[in-house]
Amino acid sequence: MNRVIFRTRVQAFAVPLIAVVLAGCGGSEPAKKTEEAPAAGAATWKPAGNEGAVTGKVNFQGQPPKLKPLLMEADPACAKKHSTPVYPEAVVKNSNGTLRNVFVHVKSGLEGKTFAVPEEPVTLDQVGCVYKPHVLGIQAKQKLKIVSSDDTAHNIHPLPRENREWNVSQAAGAGPIEQSFNRPEVSIPVKCNQHAWMRAYIHVLDHPFYAVTGDEGSFEIKGLPPGKYEIEAVHEQYGAMTQTVEVAANQTAATEFTYKAKQAYVPGSFRTAPALVIGCCSSK
Amino acid sequence: MPLVLSIFLWLLPIVTALLFVGRVWWTPDLASIHGRSIDDQLALALIVAGTIFVLAHFALGYFIWRYRASGSERALYWREHPKLEAAWTIATAILFIGLGIEGNRVWAGYARESMPSDVVRIEVTAQQFAWNFRYPGPDGRFGRTDPRLIDDSLGNYIGIDPDDSAGEDDIVTQNLAAVPVNRAVEVTLRAKDVTHSFFVPQFRVKQDAVPGLSIPVHFTAKAAGEYEVACAELCGMQHHKMRGRLQVMSEAEFQSWLRSRAAL
Amino acid sequence: MSGFLRRYLFSTDHKVVGIQYLLLSLAAVLVGIALSIIMRIRLAWPQEKWPILERLMPAAFAGGPMTPEFYLSMMTMHGTIMIFFVLSTAPLSGFGNYFLPIQIGARDMAFPVLNMLSFWITLLAFGVMMAALFATGGAPIAGWTSYPPLSALGEIAGPGLGLGQGLWIVSIAIFCVGSLFTSLNFLTTTLNLRARGMSLLWMPLTVWAWFTTAILALLAFPVLLAAGLLLLLDRIGGTSYFLPAGLIVSDQLIPNQGGSPLLWQHLFWFFGHPEVYIAILPGMGITSHIVSTFSRKPVFAYKAMVAAFFAIGFISYIVWGHHMFISGMSPYAGIAFSISTMAVAVPSAVKTFNWLATMWRGQIRLATPMLYSIGFVSFFVSGGVTGVMLAMPSVDIFLHDTYFVVAHFHIIMGVAAIFAVFAGTHFWFPKMFGRMMSESLGKVHFWLTLAGVYAIFMPMHFLGISGGLRRYAEFTEFAFLRPLQPLHVFISIAAFVTAAAQIIFLFNCFWSIRNGRRAGVNPWEATSLEWTIPSPPPHDNFAGVEPVVHRGPYDYSVPGASRDYLMQTEGGPE
Repeated sequence: MNRVIFRTRVQAFAVPLIAVVLAGCGGSEPAKKTEEAPAAGAATWKPAGNEGAVTGKVNFQGQPPKLKPLLMEADPACAKKHSTPVYPEAVVKNSNGTLRNVFVHVKSGLEGKTFAVPEEPVTLDQVGCVYKPHVLGIQAKQKLKIVSSDDTAHNIHPLPRENREWNVSQAAGAGPIEQSFNRPEVSIPVKCNQHAWMRAYIHVLDHPFYAVTGDEGSFEIKGLPPGKYEIEAVHEQYGAMTQTVEVAANQTAATEFTYKAKQAYVPGSFRTAPALVIGCCSSK
Repeated sequence: MPLVLSIFLWLLPIVTALLFVGRVWWTPDLASIHGRSIDDQLALALIVAGTIFVLAHFALGYFIWRYRASGSERALYWREHPKLEAAWTIATAILFIGLGIEGNRVWAGYARESMPSDVVRIEVTAQQFAWNFRYPGPDGRFGRTDPRLIDDSLGNYIGIDPDDSAGEDDIVTQNLAAVPVNRAVEVTLRAKDVTHSFFVPQFRVKQDAVPGLSIPVHFTAKAAGEYEVACAELCGMQHHKMRGRLQVMSEAEFQSWLRSRAAL
Repeated sequence: MSGFLRRYLFSTDHKVVGIQYLLLSLAAVLVGIALSIIMRIRLAWPQEKWPILERLMPAAFAGGPMTPEFYLSMMTMHGTIMIFFVLSTAPLSGFGNYFLPIQIGARDMAFPVLNMLSFWITLLAFGVMMAALFATGGAPIAGWTSYPPLSALGEIAGPGLGLGQGLWIVSIAIFCVGSLFTSLNFLTTTLNLRARGMSLLWMPLTVWAWFTTAILALLAFPVLLAAGLLLLLDRIGGTSYFLPAGLIVSDQLIPNQGGSPLLWQHLFWFFGHPEVYIAILPGMGITSHIVSTFSRKPVFAYKAMVAAFFAIGFISYIVWGHHMFISGMSPYAGIAFSISTMAVAVPSAVKTFNWLATMWRGQIRLATPMLYSIGFVSFFVSGGVTGVMLAMPSVDIFLHDTYFVVAHFHIIMGVAAIFAVFAGTHFWFPKMFGRMMSESLGKVHFWLTLAGVYAIFMPMHFLGISGGLRRYAEFTEFAFLRPLQPLHVFISIAAFVTAAAQIIFLFNCFWSIRNGRRAGVNPWEATSLEWTIPSPPPHDNFAGVEPVVHRGPYDYSVPGASRDYLMQTEGGPE
């Protein structure tokens, strides 16, 4: 065949073929609205010596909903680790009238500052088929170390909206798994698909100023530079609320949050599916 | 070489047939009533298949050795034999189609079997990676469910609507079920997320659970004991670990089991 | 364009395209075998840690034994690569491209440029499939059958179901296009470019096999392409062809509604069943051709063989529901599909009778190609009879999705079809490269593989009868499965040995290209047209002289002839 015709024909097909291939390329990250965590190269914030703190507690008014015990029988390896019924940790009212497992963090007021990523990892354990802790905070790009103290296989499946979704099995007796989240994102549910009741919440921030209320319902956020801050409390069922505080040099500011039981109780708060494949279209 | 190959082709069916006939590895012990006819069909199928397998290999092995090339002899210039071809075609057709018709007799019988009035009804909703069982409770009615009410972390695996009184006495378990012995059980299969398949080997029951469909299967257990429910349709990374425990017990034990579950 | 590129890379010569396809299949089968080795390692020793493998693939181990999701991704890619890039490629596009034109006396395919393009498109599909294998998040885990909703929901339903699954679908869609081009070429060439005297009923059975296979491919692949596009739309276009309302996956409510997962199964298996015949029909043609040649006898009942090709091809389109007996499809549809499946077994049985009848009272020469073809007959019977068993829905209730099915399709596709490829390679190697392959290496390879694959796949029947389920990453969780573990270990060891034995075949191929005994024009004393031209053939096959055909393709041991074979070009009464 004539060389010119041949070359033309090959090129005619090659161009669309290459276009098809290139169209298939593209990041695996879904299209995102928020920024990535600042690069490590930017100048990180250093304490000046005059930092203050914020303390407080999260109250709960009224009767919490009565929850049924979890059906641990579904996996005998889980059931045998508990001698008493295990209840969901979705709403836990402490004996002093406060609310447990509320994530409290600085929502705004730290603009312009870049915070170093801590070297030590944050640990998430699976004990008796329950995540410990139920709520944890972590910095973007900080290592999350996932360990299992159970002799049944789990899988750890966070359901983020801004970060890349991953889903990893951990066999009984397997070593720790390390993962991290690149972008700040509050309230990432974590699920085990093998033990469907298991739920934890990971909150990813770009700074270290956060706390989780325990069985006293109190929180303390230390080492804050002086300034005006918006503090946000997040509860997995009752949602978020904010308070503004002013932190003076070397002073501790106090604030309080109050959730009311007659607030709309929304079971299963996170309802939309994350964006599906190849970085396309947003979900509803 | 021809002899060695022929011997191999003769040994292969002999060894295989011995392993099958000897039932060295065989079906799990039968524990349901309709399963008997399935086992009979399996045996029939194996006998037909095995006979063809043995005969074909004996012929193949024999021909290789008997008709090996020797010197300057010529092969037989034989191109067709319409009567012979017709005969074996028709015979094969009768055998296979007959086997097909026979195989469908049991299948159709199972599919068309109607349930007695005292059938135990259970609803099974499969999810990644567990079996949710629901009993209708004393009122005999299943309460309304809505997927929007599902919250695994609170134990509401199938989204029972708290506003529907029929659902108040529904008993929900996960990976654990009980049925009375010698009583018909009808399981309605549903799926929450992807296609699963409800398989109880000792009962010879297997049926896909397809999202969007409600598919009935039935069985009558004939021996007490605890049986395993396995998933038989690839459903994700823990497909091999969807283990349900199905306990078959006396009628009295079953009633007290239902009462104890209702109290939870 | 430089000479090398024109001659060897972007050639439109059907012989070069055929070899390119064969090399692509070779690369694919090596990948497929490697994946199966990884699978068998996990199945035999599910809780072992493998430090060397972990260093190569840390994400697959996560600090412990091989993860089940990694196993499932290996399994998915193994099946996909083997079925599409080996079994739908080597027998049809590999040998068919090389020998179809020659066997009918043509200079080239009807559309040489389209032919070249079909290869490059298939190669592109393979590249995309390799990208899926290494995609971020992992390769897909939904099996080669890729059933939705699992394959439609994205990463939330499991790892690898995001980018990996998406690339997988794109690769399959590209593959469909390449196959369609191949089919068009085969059909047009066979119907229009036959040499003088080459009537349809004087074509070798290999040509009939490629012809009917091309018809199957032409009608089946578009359905897969459509299904793949619908699945892609469900994933990224917000449609709901396969997704019903109310799905809750990992606590997320999926907004799609109105679709049916069963629709995918119907579409997929409407393609999928003809697909497995696409994989085996060329092998049947090769077997007929070789059995006749090496028995020195005509193919018994040539016309019935041709009719059987068409019967198998036609009936294969109405049996797809036998993959779906317990899928939730109406049981009455199951009855219909069961009868049609029994029907398709009849022409297959007729072919087996005919092969045996061809050998009866023959003068059998056990050269290596004949050994493999005998292996084909053995495996075809072994795998075929279990197919007849599975066609009974009541039996299928118990055996569906167990290792019994795995044994069935591996013996037919993974062994019989591959033995036909081995046979074809040994048979046609002298013609393609002008040298013989080593007979001794061939025999060693034949025996090791014959014994090896029976050792691998026979025990799987017992696994299935015991209830052993397929697509399980391990058998440790269930009391009824744990006792089967020794069978898995045996199978895995047999698999490693058999896989290693394939090195002998590879070595034989590549060594013989340079060092094999030089082959003449017709080393096997065969009758079809490829044995009338030089080894290797010139660029236009017949050196400008169109052959004239005077007799059928299998005139061996004609009474009164001086030789025990008469070429198709030799004159005189039959």
